[in-house]
Amino acid sequence: MNWDAKIIAFCCNWCSYAAADLAGISRLQYSGSIRIIRVLCSGMVHPQQVLHALDKGAAGVMLIGCHLGECHYLKGNEVALARAEVIVDTLEDLGYASERFELTWVSSAEPERLVKAFHHMIARLADLDRGSPVFTAGGAGRLINET
Amino acid sequence: MIGHNGSVDMTASEPVGAVMVIGGGISGMRAALDLADSGYYVYLVEKTGAIGGAMPQYNKVFPTNDCSMCIIAPKLVECGRHANIRILTLGSVLDIAGRPGDFVVRVRQKPRYVDTEKCIACGQCSAHCPQSVDDPFSGHIAGRKAIYIKYPQAVPFKYQIDAEACLYLSQEGKCGVCAEICPPEAIRFDDRALEEEIRVGAVVMALGFQTFNPAVIKAWGYGVYPNVITSLQFERYLAPDGPTSGVLHRPSDGKPVRRIAFLQCIGSRDKHHCGNEYCSSVCCMYAIKEAVMVKEANPELEVTIFYTDIRTHGKEFDRYFERARSETGIRFVRSRIHGVEPRGTRGDLRLHYISVQGRQVEEIVDLVVLSVGLETADDMVSLADRIGIQMTPDRFAAISAFMPVHTSREGIFTCGAFNGPRDIPQSVIGGSAAAASVAVLLSGARHSLTRTASFPLEQDVRLREPRIGVFICHCGTNIAGVVDIEEVAAYAATLANVVSVERNLFTCAQDTQDIMGQQIRDRELNRIVVAACTPRTHEPLFRATLRSAGINEYLLEMANIRNQNAWVHGFDQQTATAKAKDLIRMAVAKVSGLRALHPLRIPITPSALVIGGGVAGMTAALNLALQGFDVHLVEKTGQLGGNALHLFQTWSGEHVPRYLDGLRSEVVNHPRIAVFYHSTVVEVAGHVGNFTTTLRGDSGRRKTVRHGVVLITTGAKRYIPEEFEYGKIPKVVASIEFDKLHMHNEARVARGTSFVFIQCVGSRNQERPYCSKSCCTHSIQSAIKLKKEAPSRRIYILYREIRTYGQRERLYNKARELGIVFINYELHGPPKLSRERDGVLVEVWDHVLHRPLQIQADVVILASATLASPDASDLANLFKLPLNADGFFQEAHAKLRPVEFHVDGVFVAGLAHYPKPLEESISQALAAAGKAGCLLARKEIALEAYVAQVDPGRCDGCGLCIEVCPYRAITLVEYEDEKGVVLKSVVIDQVLCKGCGICQGTCPKQGVDVAGFTCAQIEAQVDAALDDTVAEGT
Repeated sequence: MNWDAKIIAFCCNWCSYAAADLAGISRLQYSGSIRIIRVLCSGMVHPQQVLHALDKGAAGVMLIGCHLGECHYLKGNEVALARAEVIVDTLEDLGYASERFELTWVSSAEPERLVKAFHHMIARLADLDRGSPVFTAGGAGRLINET
Repeated sequence: MIGHNGSVDMTASEPVGAVMVIGGGISGMRAALDLADSGYYVYLVEKTGAIGGAMPQYNKVFPTNDCSMCIIAPKLVECGRHANIRILTLGSVLDIAGRPGDFVVRVRQKPRYVDTEKCIACGQCSAHCPQSVDDPFSGHIAGRKAIYIKYPQAVPFKYQIDAEACLYLSQEGKCGVCAEICPPEAIRFDDRALEEEIRVGAVVMALGFQTFNPAVIKAWGYGVYPNVITSLQFERYLAPDGPTSGVLHRPSDGKPVRRIAFLQCIGSRDKHHCGNEYCSSVCCMYAIKEAVMVKEANPELEVTIFYTDIRTHGKEFDRYFERARSETGIRFVRSRIHGVEPRGTRGDLRLHYISVQGRQVEEIVDLVVLSVGLETADDMVSLADRIGIQMTPDRFAAISAFMPVHTSREGIFTCGAFNGPRDIPQSVIGGSAAAASVAVLLSGARHSLTRTASFPLEQDVRLREPRIGVFICHCGTNIAGVVDIEEVAAYAATLANVVSVERNLFTCAQDTQDIMGQQIRDRELNRIVVAACTPRTHEPLFRATLRSAGINEYLLEMANIRNQNAWVHGFDQQTATAKAKDLIRMAVAKVSGLRALHPLRIPITPSALVIGGGVAGMTAALNLALQGFDVHLVEKTGQLGGNALHLFQTWSGEHVPRYLDGLRSEVVNHPRIAVFYHSTVVEVAGHVGNFTTTLRGDSGRRKTVRHGVVLITTGAKRYIPEEFEYGKIPKVVASIEFDKLHMHNEARVARGTSFVFIQCVGSRNQERPYCSKSCCTHSIQSAIKLKKEAPSRRIYILYREIRTYGQRERLYNKARELGIVFINYELHGPPKLSRERDGVLVEVWDHVLHRPLQIQADVVILASATLASPDASDLANLFKLPLNADGFFQEAHAKLRPVEFHVDGVFVAGLAHYPKPLEESISQALAAAGKAGCLLARKEIALEAYVAQVDPGRCDGCGLCIEVCPYRAITLVEYEDEKGVVLKSVVIDQVLCKGCGICQGTCPKQGVDVAGFTCAQIEAQVDAALDDTVAEGT
């Protein structure tokens, strides 16, 4: 199975971006379809930016912050969590499957968890897009854990 | 000229505000940087042609497996470009005259034969030099030219001539080709040695170590059989930038290696062959690391480590060992091998040993790696002798556990492996601790000789079109081994606004910083993209480069093509190359829209809050007070002393209670220290430079203190054993209880004839997979005392690994000489205890006699674990600090930032960080105080540059952002426009704002966003990531 779409992952500077660095240090391997964008906090990402990414052709958008209670800015991730409901509702109103958005938490010491989250998202989106034109030959986004 | 202060005439009472650091390894570099950052001018004397010491030779460092060069390169550059550090390479100290506060040091610099002012390090000289010699940097496994640089990232990045190898210098005028072709005419064959007298207030000896030369013992076959190599040579074989580009082959025939044996304790713990009685402390970990690295790269390899005891006593070391043992397939064999023999004529090697089961075993391998120990070089011992400082019998600087960075000569300090074999974090801690101790001696002379760095005028880029320079890092082979850099560079040149693309072997190296500066000036660049590793570690370095080249440091964006690309797509070059292009395109898109930022600078509250009144807390508090800062010392109980109240002696036999009394009275009587007893921290506000902390006292009374920094020294607690019938049989006691019984010669001890110590009680198990570090030494000391009191006593120590690391090994040897019996229970399980009339029956398997053994014990002493303080998690929450899986505070970086956190202005020391003996707690406390002092000495601090800003044109004053702001930094204001219409908007307090951007994520009008991460900039990145109008290369 080949899959050519890209996923935007907004990673917060303090936890998930650091986990992504650590994933590299630990040489964990994941799909080439993830594009990480560093933000200062998961609470910084506006719902409009999630929609913008999907409108521009992203297969999915991930928002990855620190675990609840561990936000570097006290409660940014809680705000992100509250906002996620709005995002999901809006997506559905606009005709996007809610599965295209994922909010999750990863600490700076959990690279395995981050990579797992990437794998899950890709598998979910691949299911969603099965049979659609995004499945093409070749391309950067081959699944690592394909069976 | 006398010193930096030259003509300044100083009266005898005023100390000189300059310091000499001898030794440019990681410890000396750390001391130099801390001193230079806290107001002292530093002379850094390095005996070779470049600073860096041993670290640049390593491939990776344990236990993080960080690339060694990647973490040290920024420090090299920082030293090299610091306005208050003068590096004297090829230097040696002849003698030191004078007194503390005012020394005159005579330094001799050997000729370099290259004019460093002129050399542009183009390398043409080296390319044309006809003379090759063995390269000591590579452990002599490769050659270098007679004119050379020590290593590719060397600081200073200037060539030097090896006079012995050079044909012109050694054979009277033969050759001289380098002088003929050198473009800037930098060769100086008539260069002469230079002697200088330098006036300084203090001296730090960071003389480092050399690795043991195994050729002196014939049995290892080193230098005889080519397939016997040292661990340092192995390190160079593994290094991607090493002579074999990271490919391992047999030195004898170049064939692939199939079976490797690591032999431990070569030149360590070996009184009889080489006189090095001590344990070198680092070899077990580096051997495991090397084994893991080679095994990961070549899974089919058979790797065996033959060891005496596995000494993985540091933080996260035991986990590293366990992973290696259970997951990587590396075989660990407990056996000391006494020689290597050849087998056949094809280079194979035979090892012969006795297994733990007592059987004779022979093994054939094709590569033997000797894990060589650390020792002090002869010329360093003679330097110590010339200066008049005392050394230990093991030839390390003699220090007191209570003053771990003071030599026997006042005003002369010491750190790093010269103080005894130690690893990188211990050396870094030592460097900072030495700097902190110097700062006490020279507190009156702070800022008297330093100069302020001046930066060129910043160019105003607001009205200019973006002119972007892209610098793409090979990171040795870390990136270039996976990503097609050439293709990526060609692609980057096609992107909008990009006017220059450079490829560098190491973008973080000093020479690249110079190139970057040059490019910025020559090509009028006004924005920079660095495609390399992660901004989390390297952004500060590149920002400094931008600043010194005259553009605003925030006009920089890093594309993380190593950690988040080459390393995670290591097996897929096509994907990694395509993604590298995307990441650079995204970075270019973002940097195009960046604006210059100028963070607000505010004054610092020049005082410290120290939480925890144990030895670490008191040491830190006293050091800061003596440096001239006010200290609030918070202690939750009614007395100072912490866990040290239960200790009687240090490993070196120094009396703890007497020391504690002295320290306590100094702390209590110091006018700058306020002690708050029965107090805990309940609330924290503010940030680095200006914290406001609320303490709750005994009666519930609250008090607020203001301070610029925080030191966490909350200690640890002891494990109360649940095993070995503890609490059920009165003759089973924990070691600190036993110490008290022993001191009072209580009946159980006085009449006892048989004593059993059980090690690792509660440590190194599934629940707590870490070593408590001090218990082996503690039990052995108690055992020796018991035995000396009555030699007829039978004393047994039941252990898993004896970890008397460093010079503590003498205690272990002493114990065995006295006839104390050591029984290893690792293989056959823990001993069983039962009550037997008036004693205890201990049943254990004798690992030497290979049969079960019953011991009638009068007292059984349990060496119980050190546990993280239960208060740690509350404090961690209050200050937003991470804890590790065992509940100890997690420092910012295990190797190079061992007392700091990612949260600025907060530091950690002592048992709160990890179990450790007193000497190490004191050292770490001094280091933490030193780092805190660096900060407080600055007087003002730059606030976060990434703060929210309001666009009044868009903001309509709806106020949604006010509710969500966690820092209450936003307020609603009303104002009148030109026509007198009342409008509403918000204003943001630039001091309170932390830049989280929750307002930005909330605002329905895009009326507020965080500089450097604006909605427009993030959207530009998204667009660039998804932009497939440019075909991806194949």
